[in-house]
Formats: sequence, C-alpha cells, structure tokens
Amino acid sequence: MAKRIGMEVSIAASEAVKLADVDLIAAYPITPQTHIVEHLSEVVADGELDAAFVPVESEHSAMSCCIGSSAAGARTFTATSSQGLALMHEILFIAPAMRLPIVMVVANRALSGPISIWNDHSDIMAEQDIAWIQTFAENGQEVFDLVLHAFRVAEDSKVLLPVIVNLDGFTLSHVIEPIEILDKAEVDKYLPPYKPKVRLDPRKPVSMGLVGIPEIYTEAKKATNEALINSKRVVLKAWKEFGDLFGRYYNPVESYKTEGAEVILITMGSISETAMTAIDKMREKGMQVGLVRFRLWKPFPAPEFKKAIAGAQTLAVVDRALSPGGACGPVAEEIKAALYAERGRPKVYNFIAGLGGRDVTVENFEEIVSKAFTYAKKRPKQLYEMIGVREI
Amino acid sequence: MIKELENFKGFSAKKLPLADPLASGHRACQGCGEVLALKLAMKAIGMNSIVVSATGCMEIITSTFPQTAWNVPWLHVAFENAAAVASGTEAALKVLMRKGKIPQKHIDIVAIGGDGATADIGLQSLSGAMERGHDFVYICLDNEAYMNTGVQRSSSTPYGAMTTTSPPGKKSFGQATKKKNVPAIAVAHNIPYVATASPAYFLDLMNKAKKAALVKGPAYLHIYSSCPTGWRHGGDLAIEISKLAVETNVFPLYEVIEGKYIINRKITKPKPVAEYLKKQGRFRHLTDDLIAQIQRQVDEEYDKLLKLAGETA
Ligand SMILES: Cc1ncc(C[n+]2csc(CCOP(=O)(O)OP(=O)(O)O)c2C)c(N)n1
Ligand code: SF4
Repeated sequence: MAKRIGMEVSIAASEAVKLADVDLIAAYPITPQTHIVEHLSEVVADGELDAAFVPVESEHSAMSCCIGSSAAGARTFTATSSQGLALMHEILFIAPAMRLPIVMVVANRALSGPISIWNDHSDIMAEQDIAWIQTFAENGQEVFDLVLHAFRVAEDSKVLLPVIVNLDGFTLSHVIEPIEILDKAEVDKYLPPYKPKVRLDPRKPVSMGLVGIPEIYTEAKKATNEALINSKRVVLKAWKEFGDLFGRYYNPVESYKTEGAEVILITMGSISETAMTAIDKMREKGMQVGLVRFRLWKPFPAPEFKKAIAGAQTLAVVDRALSPGGACGPVAEEIKAALYAERGRPKVYNFIAGLGGRDVTVENFEEIVSKAFTYAKKRPKQLYEMIGVREI
Repeated sequence: MIKELENFKGFSAKKLPLADPLASGHRACQGCGEVLALKLAMKAIGMNSIVVSATGCMEIITSTFPQTAWNVPWLHVAFENAAAVASGTEAALKVLMRKGKIPQKHIDIVAIGGDGATADIGLQSLSGAMERGHDFVYICLDNEAYMNTGVQRSSSTPYGAMTTTSPPGKKSFGQATKKKNVPAIAVAHNIPYVATASPAYFLDLMNKAKKAALVKGPAYLHIYSSCPTGWRHGGDLAIEISKLAVETNVFPLYEVIEGKYIINRKITKPKPVAEYLKKQGRFRHLTDDLIAQIQRQVDEEYDKLLKLAGETA
C-alpha cells in the first residue's frame, strides 16, 4: 500500500527510479541534482536495487553510457542539471534519433556565466530542439509520479523516445514534502517490464547510428518528429491510467481559476504554487485573473493550451530564461507562434522573472498582472520586460 | 601470465576463422591499411561481439544507410565517446544477464576509434572507461591524422609529417610536436592488457586482438593503420610500408601484460628510418637534417622501450 511520508523531493525522485527497477544508472554529480544520484548509489550499494551504477567521468559520458546501455536493452536512467546538461548537448540529439527510451531528471539550474547554482530554466530552454518528451513538475508528488510516467511513456512500443522530467533546483529538489510513495506491487501494475524490440544482440545483429546521406536525412528527421508529436496520445493515456489506478489525474496543462479571467498568467514548474497564492489574493480583490501552467512542454500541447486560455483577452507569460537578443523568452515565443494563426487571439505580454535563483514573490505576480492589465490598454514600448531587477 | 590466456594457442595461417564480422563491400579507399587492420582484428575476435564505433573513416565507410558492412551488432554515437558508449553496453549486458533478462553468455564488447578519436577528443572517455575497469577491448586505428575530415594533424601525427593543418612552409617543417604515446597512457591505467600491432604481421595482430578480448577487464590495442590517401603513397604499398615501420623501429611491436613489457619482434639491425620516410609523400619536404633528427628520436624511443622490457640492444 502507498505510504504518505515526509521526504526530500530528490529522494522521492530516486525512490521512483528504484521502484521502476532500472537496470543501469549513469551518474555524475552536479548541484542541485546530486542528492538524486547519491541516493541511488546508496540503494544500489545496499542491494535494494539490482542495477549497474556507473560513476562516469563526465555528463557527456553519462549520456553516452546511457545510449550504449539503452541500445543493449536495459532500462536506463540518469539525472543532471545546468552545465552538465549543456555538456550532454551533442549526445542528447542522438538518443531520440535512435529511439532509445532513456529517462532523465533535470534539476533545473541557471547556466554560466556568471556561474550560479540556483534555479531558473535557462539550462532546459537551451535544449528545446532535442526531440525528447519533456514534462515539468510543480511539487514533490508530481516529481515522483512523473518519473514513473516517464518510463511508462518512453518504453511504450508506440513511442520509444527519451523523456526528461524537469524539476526546479533547490526550490523543489531540496524541499521536504509529504509525498505518497507507491509500493512495488502498485508500480508493477502500472509499469510493465521493458521488452525492447531491437537491441544489440550477436544472435540478431543490427547496425545502429548509420550515416544519413542527403537522400534519407530529411525523412529520418521527419520520422523522429512524428514519433514525438504522436507520443502525446500515449502521454495522455498513461496519465489517465495512472489516475484510474492511484487517484491522481494529470493533464498536459492545468488551469486555476480561469473562469471569466481577463488576464491569464502562464507559468511552469514550482513557481506556479506562488502564482496560485497571488491569484487567490487578486481574485479576492475582485480582479478577473487566472493561471495556466504547463505540465507537458514537449510535444507542445497546442489544443489543450488553446482550450485552457479560451476567452482570455490577455496572457502574461512568465519566462524563467532569457533569450538574449531575441524578441521574447522561450516560453512566450512558443506561445506566440502557436497562437499566431488564431482568430481573435489574446494579447501576449512576456515577463522574465526569477533568473539565477532570484525569488519570484506573490508581489511580483501582482506586479506582472497589473502591468498586463495596463498594457492591454496602452501598448508597452518594449518586446518583453524583466521583473525584479535591482537598479543600482 | 593471465589465467584467461593460458589455453590460447594462437591462430595459424592455415586455420583462420572463416567468418568476418566486417564484410567486404565497404567503401574504404583502395589499398586502405586501416580497414585491413580492422577486418583482421574483428576476424580474430569473432562473431560473438558487439562493436561500438567512433565517428571517423571506419564508421563512415561501413555504415552508409541503407547499407551496412557489419555482420555483428554495431553502434555509432559520436566522435569522442566510443569508450563511454561501450561502458554503458558492457555494464548493461552484465546486469541484464545477472537479472536473467538475457541469456548468460560472454559477449565481447569492442570499441574502435581513430587516432583523433583516441588520442585527442576521446581521451577523457577512454581514460574514464579504463579506470572503471569495464570488460572491453579498445582498438585505436592509428593512421596518424584526422583522415575522415581530410588529413588534418592529430596528436598522433609524427614529427615532421605534412598534414593540411601542419603544412611545411617558410617557417614550418610540418608537424612540430612528437607523437603522443597513447599505449603508455593506457599502461598507466594499470589495465591487464596493452599491445601494439600491425597488419603487416597479421597473425601477431590477430593473436593480440584475440588476447585482448580474452582478458577480463579493459584491454587496449594500438594498431598501425596506413592510409594511402593521407600519407601519399601508392595503393599497393600499405603492407610494405607497415613492414618498414616495424623494421625501422618507427612502430615497434610489443605487449604490456599486467604492466610487464614484452617486445614481440626485436629488431637487432634496424633499417634506416629514411627508407620508411622516403616512400611517403607526407615526408617529401624533409631535409637531411630533419631526417637525422627523426632517426635520433626513433632510436631514443626504442631505447626507452628496451629498458621498459628489461632488455638491451
Ligand atoms: C565533436 C566533433 N568534432 C569534430 C568532428 C568532425 N570529425 C569527424 S571524424 C573526424 C576525424 C577522425 O579522425 P580519426 O579519429 O583519426 O579517424 P580517421 O578518420 O583518421 O580514421 C573529425 C574531426 C565530429 N564529428 N565531432
Ligand atoms: S582516407 Fe585513409 S584511412 Fe580513410 S578510408 Fe581512405 S585510405 Fe582508409
């Protein structure tokens, strides 16, 4: 039976990996991801999990090791953050192209420079085009559940793609929360053993990672992209089944008090909880505001998103990453692109907040919403705005 | 003597394995010494293997979609990570067998890379994999430059050689640094088996490849791999030049078994290095002085090797 216990969210992530009975973990430390692989190394050392724990010499090798492992047919996990994710960059593209269902947890952290160990989304937003399925967790329970969901989706024979579960570094990864931890029998009901169709086996040789000549490169890219787009069906089905089994239902986007909202805040990750508090406060004052947050980020859930914001005149998109020299932050960019062809589309204003661990407070959200109301009447001069900047 | 090697008798010219993990029909240049070396090594290791290849000539010429020249499972990921990928495959197979998910059977994991993939960009991942002690064979196919991208220098390019990024000119005589000694780096990792080999001594090469596969733990094989295209020699000369490299002590053949150096072919009366250099366009610009300097370097390196093996000239 599931147990509700107080637990650090990083530990909950690794407990989910343990319950998924992974075969191989490639590990390289980086703050704030470290607790995840540390805990996994303990459960392997104690014999609680029978898995290969490979303490590689870099994240580049971690991802390479995962590809070698997954190609051999093993259920494979790694976790990283920031500079580590950036060091993996080259290899990240290759896993989905080979259709390898690796699961990775990214404890989101700012990228250098200046060096910062604190949370924002600049690491993951630099990895937009890698064809991994990507989800964002809001709290510890979601982290635990999304990790199990990740294996279930990744290894589905209709999907066979790698998955990243994003969680905010420190502000989520290092917090102790009450979390319902499923037991092994429950997890087994949800997550069948991984049975790869193709794997490296001398009895049935295959070649993987061949040269893509111009005659086939485009087709190969199209096939991977279609697999990613089509994975959404399985993502949704796997959430539905999770809900049917354990009572927690998940959606690609979540709405909070959006009925009749003129302005809708758009967020991702753990700041959404602060945003909800801000919404409650503003609603009490009679302001027509709501919140929509993404849980599924890739493939971009366009229909669900459009439905969630229907009726709103104004969107206030909060980005946790800067796109230097660009027209707006990466989340706003995606949203603007998705809405461009819509008739009667809402106005979209973009606010960059919480870079490198700067707190995003209830007051910040109130400021953002109030600015969005103002801009709806009087156009802003700039393409986007940075919130909470200390002018010296 | 390592236990796993005790019963290994060695190959004989009359009794070679028939099966070829690397089939003919690949797209290497005519007379390529590297593909020949690879084919021989794989013939020795056999069909019960999984090959992980770094980006480079051997990857490109054997795997142009929709064809493949590989009769054994083969995986290519990137340029610098063959050893890291092989680590994952090796560790995964072990755990899958332990958990009963696949049949218990020894499978040889072979990682291959050119000298660029090995001595330069992939040195870290190779070092990591050797240090962690994965049971795999790493084969460096040393054609002494980045050939796949058009003959640029690597840290394995010999002193004085001309490449497109170490060109001789008014202020240059070609490659200005000495060849990096990767076998010595491998030895420093305290792995059970390190050896050098050459396709000109094909039985020696095959025996070493097989021994590398037989030993438990990491094994490193550094194979001389002539490249007519990059070295500017005739397509019929790969074996002749490979032989000269050994006879001049430019590329000595030795093994390091559990740290102990053994010279397999002791050259008592080495031919002058000039004989080797003069056959190749990449050394055409060398002056007599430079040739004498290279001769001195070769003699010094060979002396060092003799000392390591506890021998005298
Ligand atoms: C990260 C990265 N940098 C550069 C390249 C381009 N590249 C591909 S193969 C190669 C050289 C290969 O040389 P080597 O390893 O010596 O093998 P050879 O082709 O000579 O057999 C280079 C530079 C690459 N594929 N990846
Ligand atoms: S360039 Fe050299 S190493 Fe590459 S295939 Fe041709 S001959 Fe062989």
